[in-house]
Amino acid sequence: MGKLSWSVIPWDQPLPMTASLMLAIAGCAILVVITRKRLWPYLWQEWFTSVDHKRVGVMYVILSLVMLLRGFTDAIMMRTQQALAAGAAQGYLPPEHYDQIFSAHGTIMIFFMAMPFMVGLMNFVVPLQLGIRDVAFPVLNSVSFWLTAAGALLVNMSLVIGEFAKTGWLPYPPLSELQFSPGVGVDYYLWALQISGVGALLSGINLVTTILKTRAPGMTYMRMPVFCWTALASNLLIVAAFPLLTATLAMLLLDRYVGMHFFTNTGGGNAMLFFNLIWAWGHPEVYILILPAFGIFSEVIGTFSAKTIFGYRSMVLATMAICILSFMVWLHHFFTMGAGADVNGFFGMMTMIIAVPTGVKMFNWLFTLYRGRIRFEVPMLWALGFMVTFVIGGLTGVLLAVPPADFVLHNSLFLVAHFHNVLIGGVLFGGMAGYNYWFPKAFGFTLDRRLGLCSFWCWLVGFYVAFMPLYALGLLGMTRRLQHYDDLSWRPYLICAAVGAVVILLGIIAQVAQLIVSIRTRASRRDLSGDPWDGRTLEWSTASPPPSYNYAVLPQITGRDAFWAAKHGQAGEPPLALGPAPGVDGAPRQPVEVPNNSPNGFVTAFFAVVMGFALVWHIWWMAILGSACAVVTLLVFGWVPRAAIEKSA
Amino acid sequence: MSTEKRPDSAPGRARDRSSGTIATYTAGLGLALALTAGSFLVGKTGLFWPPGLPVGLAVLAIAQMGVHLVFFLHISTGADNTNNVLALAFGVLIVSLVVGGSLWIMMHLNANMMPAAAAAEMMH
Amino acid sequence: MSNASTDGELIGMPALETPGEIAGPGAQGPASVEIVVAYGFWIFLLSDIIMFSALFASYAVLSGETAGGPTGRELFDLRRAAIETLCLLFSSYACGLGSLAIDRRRLRAFYPCAALTFLLGATFLGLEITEFAGMVAAGAGPTRSAFLSAFFALVGLHGVHVSIGLIWLVFMVAQVAAQGPRDYVLRRLHCFSLFWHALDIIWIALLTLVYLMGSHS
Repeated sequence: MGKLSWSVIPWDQPLPMTASLMLAIAGCAILVVITRKRLWPYLWQEWFTSVDHKRVGVMYVILSLVMLLRGFTDAIMMRTQQALAAGAAQGYLPPEHYDQIFSAHGTIMIFFMAMPFMVGLMNFVVPLQLGIRDVAFPVLNSVSFWLTAAGALLVNMSLVIGEFAKTGWLPYPPLSELQFSPGVGVDYYLWALQISGVGALLSGINLVTTILKTRAPGMTYMRMPVFCWTALASNLLIVAAFPLLTATLAMLLLDRYVGMHFFTNTGGGNAMLFFNLIWAWGHPEVYILILPAFGIFSEVIGTFSAKTIFGYRSMVLATMAICILSFMVWLHHFFTMGAGADVNGFFGMMTMIIAVPTGVKMFNWLFTLYRGRIRFEVPMLWALGFMVTFVIGGLTGVLLAVPPADFVLHNSLFLVAHFHNVLIGGVLFGGMAGYNYWFPKAFGFTLDRRLGLCSFWCWLVGFYVAFMPLYALGLLGMTRRLQHYDDLSWRPYLICAAVGAVVILLGIIAQVAQLIVSIRTRASRRDLSGDPWDGRTLEWSTASPPPSYNYAVLPQITGRDAFWAAKHGQAGEPPLALGPAPGVDGAPRQPVEVPNNSPNGFVTAFFAVVMGFALVWHIWWMAILGSACAVVTLLVFGWVPRAAIEKSA
Repeated sequence: MSTEKRPDSAPGRARDRSSGTIATYTAGLGLALALTAGSFLVGKTGLFWPPGLPVGLAVLAIAQMGVHLVFFLHISTGADNTNNVLALAFGVLIVSLVVGGSLWIMMHLNANMMPAAAAAEMMH
Repeated sequence: MSNASTDGELIGMPALETPGEIAGPGAQGPASVEIVVAYGFWIFLLSDIIMFSALFASYAVLSGETAGGPTGRELFDLRRAAIETLCLLFSSYACGLGSLAIDRRRLRAFYPCAALTFLLGATFLGLEITEFAGMVAAGAGPTRSAFLSAFFALVGLHGVHVSIGLIWLVFMVAQVAAQGPRDYVLRRLHCFSLFWHALDIIWIALLTLVYLMGSHS
């Protein structure tokens, strides 16, 4: 069994043991409830093997919200540790444990919270907005989701079986090489990301093809909703960037497993090469995350101002400009590594240039709000909070783009505050806005408004209380990832930051409560019209939730904001004909082909977990068996494609 | 008056949804053979100016790739192929940025920074 | 407006009625399954090429780091590289002829073309494996130096792709034999041919950067 033995479970460490115990109890409770209620056939048929983009999208979002809880737990542990461990006090987390926590926090939040959240929302919304029935490759979509879940599972397994990486969310060599990280932590990280990376790439290919090749009749590029444009840009970046991640992590794996010398100190290896390649992926990654959020805000701001988005054409140009420019700035993540003034200067300038199209978008949102009939629903509040918060984060980013300034602030808490500013203010707020906005469409009832407001304000206030002190601390000289510090003057700021984290915790609790309460009282909150927000785009023309085939007849598109035109007509144009309404029982009038379910994704991901776990622990026979089974799965499912089923009246 | 636009071609297919003709493939094969032979011979004969050798090889390689794209993959500049060409152009752009950028950056880093082996030596 | 899509057919779109309406790109509705599948695979191929480019960049950066071990000049056998190149090139040609054959449903011509594609590809792979084995035996394995790590990873990745292609080809021929030239089989064969030609394109870059430039520097 390779390196695996009973001793790899951290029996003597109370924290991971308690956490694992709680997870195990919660997991068992859920399994028992499902079994008692005989829900397994339903779950298998309707969700696990579903290739319906709406179901896959919902599962992505559920995964991300669950992982938000895990990642946030890491965060609050870090904040409390730093609030305590000043001077003589050592806090409650020893360094080797603290290192795993900040590594897990970043890894989970980026790869298993933010990515699935955005991908899930894009999955759910894009086909509906394009007026079509599903993504281009439905079965591949399911495979992508399950591979992502497989990666998440591997990361969580490391909590109790072995350890996680201590190298941060990007495993810089030589620390991440075998010589300095001989344990299994880095291997868990690497295999989890390689597996979920394949899922992400396949999803990117899927959505690019969907947007470029399968839009409804009449939907030219310039009639697509802005969210579809940002989804296109984001998925183009996924297709372009994730192969770089796969290649770079593969090189590190080869160093660790085979003894090659890509990034080692000996044999001619060059650790700086890792930094270069990983950030050539890493920078596009953050734009992969933020572009869909920008799209969500465009939809939300347009809907809740009762105005079409201002400057559609410039929005499109700005989006595609950001897409291309995001591949020209990556060196700003390692200004201090020593490339010299010429190189630093070029990338510094490009970083400042990329702020311009973002500014264009910001002004377009502002002008959309101007003279609009603004409704302060929960999604709109998230959008307004984003506009203020993201601008601050962006400004600190432009400040960091100046290489001499970055020389002082690199890897300080100023940097940490900056990227949390843009990630929370941008990506997370965008996810929450999208979640509140499209929840009624997905489930047929709205979310409780009061708890939504409560969660928003807690998140907003909590964010500022938690992260503004970190800007100050960065300027005062505190570096990131400190388990303990001697400068007592930093302590008040860190206590304030911990308080902020608690306020955010209240916001998260409010969100959990919002979900529970909304489900309990859903009868009084049913969305019967399919259009609870008086929306502008096509998804609001369907029932809530939409039938599995979305549209009985693909709509014929004649302009932008197609649904708004259908409801209110546009000057000089006839109201949009969206085809005959479905029959009374929801079934389409004509037979419609719907792709059949497929267990392909679930089975492939299962073998991927087996293979990944085996590779981490050097159980070679299990690794070979797992990968062989995954290949056989591919061939078996590929032999005869599953027939589509017809849904008819 | 029909304003229907002719549908796009699938990548790798000519406009008439076929895979081309034997003549196309044979022409491609012939050109590729010539260019390959050229690449191998360019270094052997003393006729080429040595410092220009890498550039010459690169040009021959790009020409060969072009032959493959045009004759084997039926990429054309027609309106039906626009999406395919744009996707290819995007890929080429990213490859250039990654490879070119990496080379530029690593060249500077290697010039400025102490080699890892020597740095490790210093630690002892 | 019927929208039930049948295999391989375009979803019909009525001619636009408003005079002067410009039917811009994508105005015809979803493209046919054939185009969608081929385009999706095309995008995948581009992502694969980008993955190779990361390894190309690494090779370019590390090609001088021989750590006192053997250099490319000492190791590379240009004659073998030439034979490998010809194998792949003729394999691509055979693959192209095979595409023509299956297009016209001439299975009698298709099977030999597929067999030739396979044999030439397998010969390429065999030559490459003997090259690797020889280098390892001579103490120039991937763990000897950063240059060799980069070499083995880059050329090896290409070899892995060729291997996957060969397995795929066998699977496809089996499908044609068992199920006939059905629509989905033809779509996959088309994807295979895209893959195979792309591998030859990558080999051109490999040959030039690694073998030819490595031997002349």
